[in-house]
Amino acid sequence: MPYRLIKYGLSSKHPDKRMFREPSGLKESYEAVIIGAGGHGLAAAYYLARDYGITDVAVLEKGYIGAGGTGRNTAIIRSNYLTPEGVRFYDESIRLFKDLSNDFDLNLFYSERGHFTLAHSDSSIRTMRWRAEVNKHMGVDSEYVEPEDVKAACPPIDLTCGGDAPIMGALYHPPGAIARHDAVAWGYGAGADERGVEIHQGTEVTGIDVKSDRVVGVRTNKGYVKTEKVLSAVAGWTPSIADMVGLRTPLTVRPLQACVTEPLKPFLDKIMVSGSLHVYVSQSSRGELVMGGSTDPYELNSMRSTLEFAEGLSGHMLDLFPFLSNVKILRVWAGLCDMTPDFAPIMGRTPVDGFYIDAGWGTWGFKATPVSGKTMAQTVATDKEPELIDAFRLSRFEDLELTGEKGAASVGH
Amino acid sequence: MKILNCPINGPRPVQEFVFGGELREMPDPDAATDAEWTDYVYNRNGSPGPRREWWYHLASGTWFIAERDTGTNDVKKTYLYGDEIRDEVEHG
Ligand SMILES: Cc1cc2nc3c(=O)[nH]c(=O)nc-3n(C[C@H](O)[C@H](O)[C@H](O)COP(=O)(O)OP(=O)(O)OC[C@H]3O[C@@H](n4cnc5c(N)ncnc54)[C@H](O)[C@@H]3O)c2cc1C
Repeated sequence: MPYRLIKYGLSSKHPDKRMFREPSGLKESYEAVIIGAGGHGLAAAYYLARDYGITDVAVLEKGYIGAGGTGRNTAIIRSNYLTPEGVRFYDESIRLFKDLSNDFDLNLFYSERGHFTLAHSDSSIRTMRWRAEVNKHMGVDSEYVEPEDVKAACPPIDLTCGGDAPIMGALYHPPGAIARHDAVAWGYGAGADERGVEIHQGTEVTGIDVKSDRVVGVRTNKGYVKTEKVLSAVAGWTPSIADMVGLRTPLTVRPLQACVTEPLKPFLDKIMVSGSLHVYVSQSSRGELVMGGSTDPYELNSMRSTLEFAEGLSGHMLDLFPFLSNVKILRVWAGLCDMTPDFAPIMGRTPVDGFYIDAGWGTWGFKATPVSGKTMAQTVATDKEPELIDAFRLSRFEDLELTGEKGAASVGH
Repeated sequence: MKILNCPINGPRPVQEFVFGGELREMPDPDAATDAEWTDYVYNRNGSPGPRREWWYHLASGTWFIAERDTGTNDVKKTYLYGDEIRDEVEHG
C-alpha cells in the first residue's frame, strides 16, 4: 500500500499538491505535440520524458483528462489473445501494469481476478482450445476448462443458460484483471507533468499543417504551435485527425455501451465473458456489477446510450445469472471505438513524416495503455518502431498482411 | 434514430434493419492498381458527417439507401438504389 495513503489518513489538512499544473498558454513551438490526453497519449508523454529526456512536449486535449475511452471502459486487462503478435504485445502490457502503482505512488487498484471466456458451441470450444495452446506456447497462463470448473469458480452461474445455449466449456486465464482506469491516466499524466510536459485541457486540434509531406505545425482553438512531430492518440476520433493530414485508414467508429448496477454483496470475483451471448461482467470492489457487450450495430460518432442496449444486455445477463432479475441498473454510458478490420491496433510511423499514429484501439485498448505508451514513445523519439509493434503498422492493409486477431474477439475487451 | 423509413414498408423500428456500410464506388478490378484495390477493400471514411449508406430491412429483404449523418445520427432520406444513383456512383 502506498505510504501516502497512511499520511493522508493521519493528516488534518490535505497533504497533497495538485496532480497537474495548469499551463498558462501554449508556447510558440514544441519538440513534439501529442493529441489526446487519454491513457495512451499521457503514457507516451510519460515515457518520452522518463526514458528519452524529451520534455518539450504539449499534450493537447479538447475535453478533460480521460474524457474518452480511458474514463469509460470496463477496465479488463488480459493477454489471452489468439495471435502470437497479440499475445506478446498485451502480455508485455500486463508486465508493465504490475509496477505502475509503485512507479506512480498511486494505487491503481490493480485486481487480479481470473478471466473466463465461456464457450456455448463446438466451434467456440475449438477457438478456446486454440487460444489456450497459443497462450501456453507463449508462456501465458491460460487453459481450456470444463463446465464443472466454471461452476466451481462461480457457483451462482446457470450452466444451462436458460436452456438455449448451455455452457460447454471455457478458456480460463488466471492473470485476467481489472484496474481503476482513471488512475492509470492520472498517474501517467502526473508523472509526465512532473517532468515538464505541458498538458493543455480544453484545447482542440482543428488542423495539422503539412509541407512537402512533413508535419510543420498544429492549429488549435487556442492558437497555432510549430512542431515537427505529432502523435495522434485520439482513438475514436482518429478518422477526423487522419483527414487533417490526408491519411486514408480502414478505421470506422462505433459506440460501445456499458452499464453498472446498484451495489450487491460480493458474489463474483471472476471476470465472466460470453462471446455467444454478447455479454461480460465483473463485480467492482464497491459491489456494483460492471457489464457490457458488443459494439452498437451501426457506425456512429456519438456517445449516446440506447434502451435497446440495456434491454438486450439484461436479457442475456439473466441467462447467465437468473437471480439478478430484481437488480437495478444505475447508469448506462457509451464511448467511441475505432474499429479495424482485423481487430488489431494501428501503430507507428505514417507516409506523412513526423505524423505518428496510435489508433485502432476499438474495444480493447485500455489494457494496452502502458505498452502502447512505451512503444510509441520509442517510435517518436527514435523515428523507428520497436519490433513488438511491427505487425500493427498501417501499411499492413496495403501489403495484405493483416493479423488474424478477429476470430477471438466477438466481445473483445 | 429509433425509426428508419423503409422505402417499401414505411417507418419501422431500427431493430428491424441491418447496417450495410457506406455506398462506395468499386474500381474496375481489371484496370485498378494494387494500391487502388486495397484502398477500396480496406479504407473507409470514418469521420463524422453526411454519408450515403446501404441498409437492409430484415423482415422484407429490402436493400436500400439511407442518407444519414454519422455524427448526429439524423437520417435525411431513404430510397431504393435506382438508375439515377447508379449513374452517379459509376460515372462520378
Ligand atoms: C464501454 C467501453 C468499454 C471498454 N472496455 C474495455 C476493457 O474492458 N478493456 C480494454 O482493454 N479496453 C476497453 N475499452 C476500450 C478502451 O476504452 C479504449 O481503447 C482506450 O481507452 C483508448 O484510449 P486512448 O488513450 O487511446 O483514447 P481515449 O481515452 O479515447 O482518449 C482520446 C482523447 O482524445 C481527445 N481528442 C479527440 N479529438 C481531439 C482533438 N481534435 N483535439 C484534442 N483532443 C482530442 C478526446 O477528448 C479524448 O480524451 C472499452 C471502451 C468502451 C467505450
